[in-house]
Amino acid sequence: MLDTQMPTPTPRVIAGEKHDWELVIGMEVHAQVASKAKLFSGASTRFGAEPNANVAFFDAGMPGMLPVINEYCVAQAVRTGLGLKAEIHLKSAFDRKNYFYPDLPQGYQISQLYEPIVGEGEVLVEMGDGTARVVRIERIHLEQDAGKSIHDMDPSMSFVDLNRTGVALMEIVSRPDIRGPEEAAAYVTKLRQIMRYLGTCDGNMQNGNLRADVNVSVCRPGQYEKYQETQDFSHLGTRCEIKNMNSLRFIQAAIDYEARRQIALIERGETVVQETRLYDADKGETRSMRSKEEAHDYRYFPDPDLLPLEIEQGWVDDIAASLPELPDAKKARFVGDFGLSDYDASVLTADTDAARFFEAVAEVSGNGKASANWVINNLFGKLKEDEKDIEESPMTPAQLGGILRLIEAGDISGKIAKELFEIVYAEGGDPAEVVEARGMKQVTDTGAIETAVDEIIAANPAQVEKARENPKLAGWFVGQVMKATGGKANPKAVNEIVAAKLGL
Amino acid sequence: MTELTDLTLAGARDALRAGETTAAELTEAHLTAIEGAGALNAFVHHTPEIAREQAKAADARLQAGDAPAMCGIPIGVKDLFCTKGVASQAGSRILEGFRPEYESTITTQLFDAGAVMLGKLNMDEFAMGSSNETSTYGNAVNPWKAGNSDAALTPGGSSGGSAAAVAARLCLAALGTDTGGSIRQPAAFTGITGIKPTYGRCSRWGVVAFASSLDQAGPMTRTVRDSAIMLQAMSGHDPKDSTSADLAVPDFEAMLTGDVKGQVIGIPREYRMDGMPEEIEALWQDGIAMLKDAGAEIRDISLPHTKYALPAYYVIAPAEASSNLARYDGVRFGHRAALSQGDGITEMYEKTRAEGFGDEVQRRVMVGTYVLSAGFYDAYYNRARKVRTLIKKDFEDVFADGIDAILTPATPSSAFELGAMTDADPIQMYLNDVFTVTVNLAGLPGVAVPTGQDRRGLPLGLQLIGKPWQEGELLNVAHCLEDRAGFVARPAKWW
Repeated sequence: MLDTQMPTPTPRVIAGEKHDWELVIGMEVHAQVASKAKLFSGASTRFGAEPNANVAFFDAGMPGMLPVINEYCVAQAVRTGLGLKAEIHLKSAFDRKNYFYPDLPQGYQISQLYEPIVGEGEVLVEMGDGTARVVRIERIHLEQDAGKSIHDMDPSMSFVDLNRTGVALMEIVSRPDIRGPEEAAAYVTKLRQIMRYLGTCDGNMQNGNLRADVNVSVCRPGQYEKYQETQDFSHLGTRCEIKNMNSLRFIQAAIDYEARRQIALIERGETVVQETRLYDADKGETRSMRSKEEAHDYRYFPDPDLLPLEIEQGWVDDIAASLPELPDAKKARFVGDFGLSDYDASVLTADTDAARFFEAVAEVSGNGKASANWVINNLFGKLKEDEKDIEESPMTPAQLGGILRLIEAGDISGKIAKELFEIVYAEGGDPAEVVEARGMKQVTDTGAIETAVDEIIAANPAQVEKARENPKLAGWFVGQVMKATGGKANPKAVNEIVAAKLGL
Repeated sequence: MTELTDLTLAGARDALRAGETTAAELTEAHLTAIEGAGALNAFVHHTPEIAREQAKAADARLQAGDAPAMCGIPIGVKDLFCTKGVASQAGSRILEGFRPEYESTITTQLFDAGAVMLGKLNMDEFAMGSSNETSTYGNAVNPWKAGNSDAALTPGGSSGGSAAAVAARLCLAALGTDTGGSIRQPAAFTGITGIKPTYGRCSRWGVVAFASSLDQAGPMTRTVRDSAIMLQAMSGHDPKDSTSADLAVPDFEAMLTGDVKGQVIGIPREYRMDGMPEEIEALWQDGIAMLKDAGAEIRDISLPHTKYALPAYYVIAPAEASSNLARYDGVRFGHRAALSQGDGITEMYEKTRAEGFGDEVQRRVMVGTYVLSAGFYDAYYNRARKVRTLIKKDFEDVFADGIDAILTPATPSSAFELGAMTDADPIQMYLNDVFTVTVNLAGLPGVAVPTGQDRRGLPLGLQLIGKPWQEGELLNVAHCLEDRAGFVARPAKWW
């Protein structure tokens, strides 16, 4: 079990006209496996190719063609399973899910119903407010993606693009442990983060590389706890499945709409019918796609073209040994080793590029906390303005680290550092050299500062009187000194000298 | 020298190597024979240009002394095999006009070994049938006639065109496939030899699938030696077929010593069916006597789950077929029905499949869909799988007890008249497979050898069943039986 000290988030409660209601959510996330070739053919998986360019005879369902499993895709599923602390099944098997559709050329999808490759695991979903929920994973199985039907190119014909047909998907099935729309979004975000760390799915939701089916039901407070004790679903309400959503915003809106729809039905004395629904983003509502009675009978049976998939423990161990540090561990390390706040550690571990950049800055600067501040507050802001990713940053970790080292050494003030940051970001160069060349170095020579302080005291006797009565006004002298030294004086030294000279 | 078309494959090979004939001559002789045999309706797509081209290449190889066993041998190819650029319809209207852009692994291997393709052979639609009558091309006809009767007889099925062509000397050998007996039953009906190898011995890549866990290709020839030679060229691991076995292929022909001394031959009592014709029983007894005379030990054995084999087969095979045939939807290739204004995708599927599939295929697709559907899956499909496991275990047990091969009849009767079963319950037709389906369910090699004739002069065959991967040993027993039986009868030419 995941060891979390964090309290669990409060389930979302929706007030109906008669009662309060809680939400119970389970998700099936379809993640496209990051691989060059399809699950059972050598055809390319490249996105954006000409229609029907990435199609092997097998993908087109040509007579006599046979599937051959892509070992890399299997490794990716195992890698994902290990990343979700899940049980890896050394023996799994492929089944056929039969239905007719033009973008499914074989007339069946090869999937794993009876013996999935990955069994039970779990994911820690942090809500960003100090709470976190452990969501149990029921299984992950490998399956083929379908092609794409295009209905709007011709008034009388439909077109089919088979480029996506047969691309490997991992279907990650959760238990009904998610208790609100925000949790659902956080769950998908966390899965996406883990898979991106692992390199098993690029997580691009816009391209449909990560999509979710969401099962939603509602129950009265207290019922969910009964389910948890017994694992008996009869304590929960009837669920509806909202299919195929590829946006976190839609997922949340759809769950909210669907829960309210179900609550209204129940409170009117009607019953929720178990069915598959679609979310209409334009209208912001879900609508019935097919009821349980109309549900396809997929006639699953073991695919006789494929032998059971048997993998060796040693192979799994090798994959396990090659796993990168995962988000939870990295975040804990950032908090522990660098003294970062929970929030900063979360931001910096959101993806591996940011984390890698931060660590490099911290190594150069020797100051983790300052590095985190500068990366998050200055660099990220600047990159956002320029619409750049961290890996496109014009400033290197060595440069940012160098600036922080200059601050640490007392060579520049924070204010000068900001100017320096802008210069190095825009023009490049070694920060130390820039400081030298532009005379930006901070004055720490107390003699020079004393002279400046003396001059200002001498020139402003009235202010001196006021300051002696009200020591808070000493700041005015500090400001004058900084102005006189072009901001290069060490503010700490100026403060001390001003106080001493004024006799405060 | 005998007529070129009367040569055995081995004889032709030797004659070619000795320079006594050429692949071109051999090919022309067979093309001529095919031209005159339209009445048999065995060849349904003729490829004389390819044949002449391949023969020319084979002669060059022979000249150069680089002549594998199949070099220059004219063969026929069952329509179930995908052959590049050549119509490959699986005997079905739904694949009308389909010319694959790829060549099946087996035909590729045969062509690499120098074989010459004369054309594509008739078959039951999608290999579903035991009489060749479900073919979209109309049935092939058995070259044999019963006594003085002029009635047209079935060559058996589903590899009926292959059997008729080999028996009628239209080719030296033919490719067949066997899902429940489709090589062995037509071989027995036409007096030739046919072997279904161990499941996984020959690649299924590029062979139109009927029931993937049962389908296996094999040779159909006029002698056991010929089968050994051709099987050799067809066998071997294919990385494109996940069910293909990565095992070395022994030299099958070299194993044909004819010596069966000390071999233990099992006679399964469950194959003695009620109402089995006396002639079949007598044929079986003769076979037992021949092997005994040759020094084999005969032992009665029991394969207790045999009676459940046919029902299990007719659940599993249609179940797989219902899924395998889903791809024939009119979208990408083959036949597409003309649609009416307003017809959508469902109408396109329904009309295309109703027009494209014949009655027997539709029947099996419906049966298969039914047995896989929710609520019936466990009662039918899962139960049949359990039966299959038990049948496999029956064989494993007797082999573990020291049995080397099993002798049974190949078919419950000799060839019957075409049309005789038209109005019968389909189950009557399915009973043709009663002795052969167990072998497919267990994945074992099985060979049919002609060993006698019924009182009307029609050929009858016996079946030998072997251990997995022991086709060589099995063919050796078959060779002994062939030798002892001395079956030399051939159909009188009437076509």
